[in-house]
Amino acid sequence: MTIELKNLVKKFGAFTALDGVDLKIADGELLALLGPSGSGKTTLLRIIAGLDWPDAGEVRFDGENALTRGAGERHVGFVFQHYALFRHMTVFENVAFGLRVQPRAIRKDEAGIRARVKELLDLVQLDWLANRYPSQLSGGQRQRIALARALAIQPRILLLDEPFGALDAKVRKELRRWLRSLHEEINVTSVFVTHDQEEALEVANRVVVMDKGRIEQIGTPAEVYDRPATAFVHSFIGESVVLPVNVSGGQVWVGDQALNIKPNGAAPGPSQLFVRRHDMQVAPPGGGLRGSVRYLRTFGAVQRADIALTAGDGETLIEIDTPRDRPLQIGEVVELQPTRFRIFSA
Amino acid sequence: MGTRVSGERGRRNTLPGFGLTMGLTLTWLSIIVLIPLAGLFIKTFELSWDQFFGIVTSRRTLNALKISFGLAFAAAAVNLVMGVVIVWALVRYRFPGRRIFDAVVDIPFALPTAVAGIALTSLFAQKGWLGAPLAELGIKVAFTPLGIFVAMIFIGIPFVVRTVQPVLIDLDTEIEEAAASLGANRWHVISRVILPSLIPAILTGFALAFARAIGEYGSVIFIAGNLPNVSEIAPLLIVIRLSEFRYADATAIAVVMLVAAFLIIFAVNRIQSWAQNRIPVH
Repeated sequence: MTIELKNLVKKFGAFTALDGVDLKIADGELLALLGPSGSGKTTLLRIIAGLDWPDAGEVRFDGENALTRGAGERHVGFVFQHYALFRHMTVFENVAFGLRVQPRAIRKDEAGIRARVKELLDLVQLDWLANRYPSQLSGGQRQRIALARALAIQPRILLLDEPFGALDAKVRKELRRWLRSLHEEINVTSVFVTHDQEEALEVANRVVVMDKGRIEQIGTPAEVYDRPATAFVHSFIGESVVLPVNVSGGQVWVGDQALNIKPNGAAPGPSQLFVRRHDMQVAPPGGGLRGSVRYLRTFGAVQRADIALTAGDGETLIEIDTPRDRPLQIGEVVELQPTRFRIFSA
Repeated sequence: MGTRVSGERGRRNTLPGFGLTMGLTLTWLSIIVLIPLAGLFIKTFELSWDQFFGIVTSRRTLNALKISFGLAFAAAAVNLVMGVVIVWALVRYRFPGRRIFDAVVDIPFALPTAVAGIALTSLFAQKGWLGAPLAELGIKVAFTPLGIFVAMIFIGIPFVVRTVQPVLIDLDTEIEEAAASLGANRWHVISRVILPSLIPAILTGFALAFARAIGEYGSVIFIAGNLPNVSEIAPLLIVIRLSEFRYADATAIAVVMLVAAFLIIFAVNRIQSWAQNRIPVH
């Protein structure tokens, strides 16, 4: 099912959670909403689910207005960060809940419910836990049960709010892969919220980067990583070195030194140069970023150097790896050549 | 200072002070609770079994026990329903005066029971603010068993409210949202999700209100009318027997009430441990 969001606005008192969001989600997509806390990503997810209502804007499922329908009528599976399992019910009854509360006309009989729950517990590989209570499960198991419960009603969309946020790093990694393969298996349109860029880039087909209630960029993981559309995206995704520069006369200046890089269409005026650590190389003098070597370590074939770049008012300390065949000395002034970079107006 | 827990070498417990606190606990509980209660049982041994049986099965005693237990149960049942409704309103809605209402719930805890009894009596007397309109409908409250029932509701309500309230506050609204997104209507959410989560607390509150109402004396005697066999509660009968210097009679009735109270408390504990096994505290 496709989801279309048009100009969504949502305010909580004086706080603007969503400030005009437009988004189209294709059928069968696995989409990540990525952003820092307070960026509006969870609010957006809750509005799609019908757990919150926008102050303005439209939500369309397959072109149909979804805002006239409540959460229960949207056929949306929602997975909460803290699982929200029913503590007084067994795992089996948790998964069966959505089937038991269906209107009598379409409700399955007991045998049908049992078969469906069994099928779902097999899908999440936890059929052996059917008679346990949620409090007897680990975090990762609970989250998989929460997912099975959400899938029981055969949702047209699956929404996951920070699904792995409460889990430890190892379990999180396993569940990520598992979620990807599950999505390939059931292929239901899925949207998940995360503040973890690694998670978004690894799991999703497409990533929506949000900040302060607005969408900053929509793109594939490779696109948002390699070609960030805004300064925010560049600094939020991956590690970036940010240096104050000046663009004028078709050249990029650090102080009074012209760099041998092209402004790439950046507007003249004070700007910021964004470079990733691994996109810089020690180069022969002539228009690179100048810095002095502070500290050196050697790991096998590479040497790792802490280099203090002088740009603007202060120093920026960066750590780069260089081949050992170009030995460096502590205190030596070197030039670093950015091989890939972005310039955004300050 | 080391506390010897077990083993020949006297392993030290990671939590110090076990010996001291255990000693204080036992001493204190003995002085305050166990010795007086043991005295009660010993006093009843002055009676032969036949005498004891005769006293507790006499018409007046049985009626007093029936009135105390029956009305206390009914009052606790009313408190169960109304208490849950009050908790729901106090926890889930924001309305002007909410904090004042919240404080009002505690008044029956704090008010001297005699004051409560006198206030209720004058309110429900035939010329009272509530008594007069009720009298026109032919309902007489003060000086009837109905008056006892009203006083028992009054003193029991905070027990249900204060037991259920923290549990409802802790109940995550996310589970209601989860239920709603799974297609549950409001009735399903209440009956299948919220109430089952609250049931252990509700039952505990009910048992506490019940136990309190059984033992209630101060507020009831003013409004009850205290007619033997009609509106005489068991605690009053005990006081009457004492004033007649029939101490053994008094203690015989007291022992029956004590055993009942013990059974109720035992039931409360069972409910709590059952609930805790099912929903461990994290």
